[in-house]
Amino acid sequence: MDAPEPEAPDTARSRAKDKSPWNWLLLIPIVVPLIPAFFNADSPRLFGFPRFYWLQLAWILLGVGTTTLVYRMTRKRGEH
Amino acid sequence: MWRDHLTEIIVFSVLFLLVSAMGFVAARWRRPQDMAHLDEWGLGGRSFGGWITWFLVGGDLYTAYTFVAVPALIFGAGAAGFFAVPYTIVIYPLVFLVLCRLWSVSHRHGFVTPADFVRNRFGSPVLALLVAITGIVATMPYIALQLVGIEAVLKTMGVTGDSALARHLPIIIAFAILAAYTYQSGLRAPALIAFVKDSLIYVVILVAVIYLPYKLGGWGSIFDAADAKFQATPAPGDGILLNANNQLQYVTLAFGSALALFLYPHSITGVLASRNRDVIKRNMSALPAYSLLLGLIALLGYMAIAANVKPLPGAKAGSVDGNTVVPLLFDQQFPDWFAGVAYAAIGIGALVPAAIMSIAAANLFTRNIYKEYLKRDATPAQEANVSKITSLVVKVGAVACIVFLDPQFSIDLQLIGGVIILQTLPAVALGLYTRWFHRGALIAGWVAGMGLGMWMLYQIGNPATGKKHFAGSAFPLSEFGFDTKKTIYVGIVAVLVNLVVAALGTLVLRAAKVADGPDGTTPDDYFADEGTPRATSADRAASAPEPVA
Repeated sequence: MDAPEPEAPDTARSRAKDKSPWNWLLLIPIVVPLIPAFFNADSPRLFGFPRFYWLQLAWILLGVGTTTLVYRMTRKRGEH
Repeated sequence: MWRDHLTEIIVFSVLFLLVSAMGFVAARWRRPQDMAHLDEWGLGGRSFGGWITWFLVGGDLYTAYTFVAVPALIFGAGAAGFFAVPYTIVIYPLVFLVLCRLWSVSHRHGFVTPADFVRNRFGSPVLALLVAITGIVATMPYIALQLVGIEAVLKTMGVTGDSALARHLPIIIAFAILAAYTYQSGLRAPALIAFVKDSLIYVVILVAVIYLPYKLGGWGSIFDAADAKFQATPAPGDGILLNANNQLQYVTLAFGSALALFLYPHSITGVLASRNRDVIKRNMSALPAYSLLLGLIALLGYMAIAANVKPLPGAKAGSVDGNTVVPLLFDQQFPDWFAGVAYAAIGIGALVPAAIMSIAAANLFTRNIYKEYLKRDATPAQEANVSKITSLVVKVGAVACIVFLDPQFSIDLQLIGGVIILQTLPAVALGLYTRWFHRGALIAGWVAGMGLGMWMLYQIGNPATGKKHFAGSAFPLSEFGFDTKKTIYVGIVAVLVNLVVAALGTLVLRAAKVADGPDGTTPDDYFADEGTPRATSADRAASAPEPVA
């Protein structure tokens, strides 16, 4: 975690738009979990879980990873 | 008999009373200068940071009903019930940017409800009224369902009676306490209670997913037991995997539910209560922790199969109450005191969303019906007061639904709720990005989507239970004339038709030069962050000249 920075209201920052090419990455965790061909099978099993269950639970990490990356990369403060 | 469950009942009651006390104390927590303002009572002062928002929104979206009904669905149908996991994965990237825009424009203009935004964006009180009514109608049965969650727990503990009043008395008392502290503390009450509720749920589920597979012979044999059960049933749609006919339903239901979730007034209330855009974005990364929890809870349904749980009888003779499988599993497998903790987690879990939902519905009534149509010059104190009283009325309504009607009615209504709240998508969600749609066309789209959605839901029957109408949300495509057994989620079809009508209507109305409403917002409003002052009436006049009378 980063050290908290002082919160100065800054009109330039508030006017900055949230457009960024990084945002397109968000499409991955929206589309991938909605394709049953990836996960609708029993094998391979992992810790006894059929693929249907462990892979869909693993998509949670995909979602968290992507949103965290996009958040980090598009953060206004700390931008060069 | 309730005497066999005495330990559970005592643990449950003690935790329940502890939380109720917290609800009353919450009024002093982060105490505002002036509680008599809707921003304070209804949005907790718009000041919640990352942690509070995480607990609040998590406790708000993943309700007690979800925790009881999703495993019940898995218990009954298998893989199809697991849609809740992809649903709660795709939601966060989907709304990552959208909610920030909603937060910013609401911060600038002091909006409390989604209908406030629509009113200002499209200059149409009628459209705003439709959005408000849709929100209230979709929320009411959802509150009633939280009671179904508590009732499943009480039933398992043997706390029932012969007359309708005796059976429902514990719930009436629980809701009376809830109503009293929500009235006093507003959104601060569920925010504070959410800490306890979620901690309890996390502990219970972690213990359950480690201890129960150990007792039941490991995960592998749990899934095998479920597979064996579904193989033995004659129903074609169940199984631990999806089949060729229900994959489209699975995917469209997950996606449609994700689109609907953040249109629900209670979700928006939770988001608007956060302090700044950063809190929202960080939460979109952190909230999926609850999805993992939900996925594991869903699998309790299979554990119940492996443990040979037989659900308690339902309200009607011959039916079973699937919602009792998780409480029964806990009763059977855990020591009494821990089962009591688990029940308290579910019971308290019902209180947090029920409080937020009633606050959200009350805010909609106050801002978009009372202030718009009954008392234009209402002061902030009057607004807060009307909201407080409305939240009481909403809860009485929810209790009445459960006491006087078949609980199945609330479940049906909630199913409809998801479909109808989706019909506000063009005005609320797309409205955050574009002002292209004509207000008249949005109203026409809403009417078309609602009409089609209702008709489709009406057509869906379930031969297994003998229900002819409103028996589910999976619509057979053969009804549209396709030669297939595939089914699709009603909400997706209805909202697509809604969008098409809104788009065509916009082209027609523009061509006919029908007057459109003024836009009360500016492009910069959608990026404003903490520290930006409220838009003044001068700003508004500059951006959106009122039509000369």
